[in-house]
Amino acid sequence: MAAITSEGPRSGYRERSLGARFLGLISQILKTRGAGFGLAVVLLVIFLAATADWVAPYDPNVPRGSVLLQPSGTYWFGTDHLGRDLLSRVIFGSRVAVEAGLVSVGFALTLGVTIGLVAGYWGGWVDDVLMRLVDAIWSFPTLVLALAIAFSLGQGLINAMIAIGVVFTPAFARLVRGQALSVRERDFVTAARVLGAGPSRIMLRHIWPNVIGPIIVQSSLMVAQAIIVEAALSFLGLGVEPPQASWGSMLRTGYQYMERAPWLSLFPGAAIFITVLSLNLLGDGLRLALDPRLRERGSA
Amino acid sequence: MGKYLLRRLLYFVPVFFLVSVVIFSITMLLPGDPAMAFLGDAMGQDKVAYAAMRAELGLDQPVPVQYANWLGRALHGDLGRSIRTHETVVEGLQARLPVTIELTVVALFFALIVAIPVGIISATRPNSLLDSVGTVLAIGGVAIPEFFLGIVLIYVFAVLLHWLPSSGFVPLSAGLWLSLQSIIMPAIALGTTVTAVTMRQVRASLLEVLQQEYVVVARAKGLAEPAVVRDHAVKNALIPVVTVIGLQIGRLFGGAVVVETIFALPGMGRLAADSIFFRDFPMLQGVVLVMAGAVLLFNLLTDLLYAYLDPRIRYA
Repeated sequence: MAAITSEGPRSGYRERSLGARFLGLISQILKTRGAGFGLAVVLLVIFLAATADWVAPYDPNVPRGSVLLQPSGTYWFGTDHLGRDLLSRVIFGSRVAVEAGLVSVGFALTLGVTIGLVAGYWGGWVDDVLMRLVDAIWSFPTLVLALAIAFSLGQGLINAMIAIGVVFTPAFARLVRGQALSVRERDFVTAARVLGAGPSRIMLRHIWPNVIGPIIVQSSLMVAQAIIVEAALSFLGLGVEPPQASWGSMLRTGYQYMERAPWLSLFPGAAIFITVLSLNLLGDGLRLALDPRLRERGSA
Repeated sequence: MGKYLLRRLLYFVPVFFLVSVVIFSITMLLPGDPAMAFLGDAMGQDKVAYAAMRAELGLDQPVPVQYANWLGRALHGDLGRSIRTHETVVEGLQARLPVTIELTVVALFFALIVAIPVGIISATRPNSLLDSVGTVLAIGGVAIPEFFLGIVLIYVFAVLLHWLPSSGFVPLSAGLWLSLQSIIMPAIALGTTVTAVTMRQVRASLLEVLQQEYVVVARAKGLAEPAVVRDHAVKNALIPVVTVIGLQIGRLFGGAVVVETIFALPGMGRLAADSIFFRDFPMLQGVVLVMAGAVLLFNLLTDLLYAYLDPRIRYA
């Protein structure tokens, strides 16, 4: 059976070590304009999220000075309406953004890939039922559905992440189904079936490796969207619970003090914008790196 | 085309049915008791009144029966009565729908008048300064959330420059100019992402069409480049753009929730958010049903328009 797998279109890939493949991918990504910047910012945000306890200058939830202080040498981003250091809150907000992005997309990925693989592999009525359900969820405006689910489950980051995961599931299901439909007709899948491979084995060992490229690209773009939706939910009061810092809830506060302290909106808003922009640039780089046809077209 | 239309309509029915199931299920999961919400805390303590209200709302029935009753009434245009305002849901929707329609139409108009010319300029002058500016705008436009852009616009144009009102809505009946003044900032905030997505699509699509053989032939015949682009390339390049724009309707409705909240517009998006926070189950069901129905309808129209414009689709 291993021989069949190695005869698949990824056989050349498998001969290289994981490290060499990773470095090759990074060097391909960096060839796309802006992708290097995207990668650097994404790594910085992840670093800040992981080390917020050490790199943030102050406790994000404890008032430090006077309220609504302008940005200064002491408080680089100023202070908020309760006198808390805004820079520290933006840094801790990155933790919520990273968590929301990764967990909700991980949830959507797991559910969507399962649905897509099953629908694409089995076809027939299974495909019809699953895809009509996916289409039904796809019909809802993302934020409206996320809002309704998040409210049904109750306020909190975990519930917001589940809500985002549910609304993003159709994107993965449709993508994987489309790929699975095309891959299942290929000779190496037919050969595996003839040799007695069961549906689970075919889906996981033969179809999955061939759909993983588009999924990686889609995931990077969905993480960006998840950050926006989480921020929107928090902005509307359904994301993280106070006093936890999130970019969306900070924007909500900033909006209320816009005339007196515009920096309260500016810094968290800029954090969302730059992070999402970087993820999109990285996604573009990944798309070009993982799809040789696009690379050829781009260089033509 | 007739067969294609029938196929698409047959697809529409089960999806709309599933949409209704999802809406009903979600609102059933919302915390709080609708009968108690209708009666208020004081009256809700009266067990007889409470039981009567549950019976009146059909909450004493099994869930599938409740769903069937709700769907049956909805199909006859009866979406119930708002818990918060006591108006009928249909009346509430009728009052808010024009605001959201005006907002989305202006947002879409803004998106098209910016995206199509910039996309065409980018594609006809690839790698030029104009193309780079267009690309940066497109990348930035996709990344900026509506609520942040809305706040920035309010700060610049209302707080600093005093050019436009920071919030509120003036209906079209009060005058076009006044209405536009109240809607222009929300429309730009809402339409920027759609502008960026459409711009990228126009550019990519036109670049591809410009390499087609029939365009090469048109050039070989001696046609000037502007004529080649205008008469031969743009029309075909805009066909996929129809799909992209059609798919943005859901995004616009979703964005309307935050944009209408920030700009205090009395539209469907704000109604959706308010219904959730006030646990107004019937109104929420109505708003979401109309929004999802509209998205489905636009998807259907987009498919049909695409099939009309590109015969290969309907014969596939």
